Amino acid sequence: MKQILPVFKREFYGYFRSPVAYVFLIVFLFVSSGLTFYLGRFFDSRVASLDVFFSMQPWIYTFFISAVGMRLWAEEKRSGTWELLFTLPVLIQEGVIGKFLAGWAFISVGIFLTFPLMFTVGYLGDPDWGPIFTGYLGCFLMAGSFLAVCSFTSALTKNQVISFVISVVINLCLVFLGWSVFTNFLSFLPLSWVDALSNFSYTTHFNGFTRGLIVFKDLVFFLSLSFISLLMTVVVLER
Amino acid sequence: MIEVQSLHKSYGSINAVNGVNFDVNRGEILGFLGPNGAGKSTTMKMITGFVRPTSGIVLVDGLNVQDHPVAVKERIGYMPENGPVYGEMTVEEFLIFIAEIRGYDDPTIREDKIDHACDLCRLNKVRHQSIETLSKGFKQRVGFAQAILHDPPVLILDEPTDGLDPNQKKEVRKIIRTMAKDKAIILSTHILEEVHALCSRVIIIAKGEVIADETPESLLKRNPKYNALKLEVKDIDLEVVRETLKELPEVSSAEINEGAVEIYPKNKQSIESLVLKVCRDKEWNISHFEKTPVGLDEVFWELTK
Repeated sequence: MKQILPVFKREFYGYFRSPVAYVFLIVFLFVSSGLTFYLGRFFDSRVASLDVFFSMQPWIYTFFISAVGMRLWAEEKRSGTWELLFTLPVLIQEGVIGKFLAGWAFISVGIFLTFPLMFTVGYLGDPDWGPIFTGYLGCFLMAGSFLAVCSFTSALTKNQVISFVISVVINLCLVFLGWSVFTNFLSFLPLSWVDALSNFSYTTHFNGFTRGLIVFKDLVFFLSLSFISLLMTVVVLER
Repeated sequence: MIEVQSLHKSYGSINAVNGVNFDVNRGEILGFLGPNGAGKSTTMKMITGFVRPTSGIVLVDGLNVQDHPVAVKERIGYMPENGPVYGEMTVEEFLIFIAEIRGYDDPTIREDKIDHACDLCRLNKVRHQSIETLSKGFKQRVGFAQAILHDPPVLILDEPTDGLDPNQKKEVRKIIRTMAKDKAIILSTHILEEVHALCSRVIIIAKGEVIADETPESLLKRNPKYNALKLEVKDIDLEVVRETLKELPEVSSAEINEGAVEIYPKNKQSIESLVLKVCRDKEWNISHFEKTPVGLDEVFWELTK
């Protein structure tokens, strides 16, 4: 597993070698705070919490993380560098983990840079810091799961656009399943089915974190979704 | 050093490689020839462990690629076709990445290895330039530098001189030749002159099968004009010359073509001195005498058509 580090370093610094990374970070920050303040009417709620900010995150990730993840393998396949990578003494799983961790670290930088919002609520009121910290923890974990799904879809094709579209569709489904507006449509199904389905949603498992709860099954959901997606990436690349 | 035993690869109903057998020893440069789509690259990719064979065995230094992929990859330097490299990195960054993956954790040793590869491939003046801004020749050399960085006992080069200008080709061949002594090298190419200039053995592969495995010289012997001569004489009827030479026991046939007599030897043996002796004895006035130039082109065409 010692080859993960060089792969990680190359990939992580790779983001910052192109202007795309900076554009991504800036737009992500604008959208995150813009949606919180305007669509979420942050000031009108008159509550010193980041609930509104957190509630927007799954929707933002659907598009932004798919945009980051689409190039993970598709780009390597298109340019032929994956042939170079896998004829070096690197196991496929090391390559997959290294690149995934680099993408995750890059997205985490973006999430981390939203910290002024924390200071804003801290300055304006007296927030309960517990849910804010667990909310951020949930953000990092959820972002990892989103990215792992993208890693898988990106390994399927050498076309980044196809990878983007497939990952948006999958991630959007996993967001929708926990959204009450969507589950209301499913009222023709038995309630237990709807409950079971909503257990596959990011939002269902993320909500606990935003309320200050670190629930074991939520942790297991995000970690196992990431693990399974990465495992499928390895299987696809091995073929 | 490299043993390939009844290697097969099929994609659905298409047989890309169909029972290929050969081996390569240290000190040998094996030229891999074949028309596009013949299975050259696929065979090379199977040796490197990048493509999994449908059946068959590849042994590198006695190790099975399927069972010991990492150990085999440590022993191989591979330059894929078109030399794909991470374009956004500088040459130095890229080679550091390769050196780290190759396990050179000590910065001094790493630096030495990179210096050596850069010297050998003449990359020093572009070391801090990003690879995507380099010309094709330099990019190719970067691909080459990463393949030789760890001084591997086995080098596999997929069309290493493709797209280079004549000077660059010459340089790359020179580097390959200097490294050939203690390595087993496989290189694929379309350029037949390259095989003759560089390789100690040639394998021609067509439709996934090996159809020739011999030295470039013995491959040349397959050319019908091998050791044939072309003779022009003044002040004498060419028909007389032809008849005289045809009578020689070493000559299989002689023909008149565009004002010259073309003489074909029996068993493709060398007959220059014999023909010259006849000319001298008969006191013919020679105006032009040459060995008919032969290339691998005709042989290649004949074998793969």
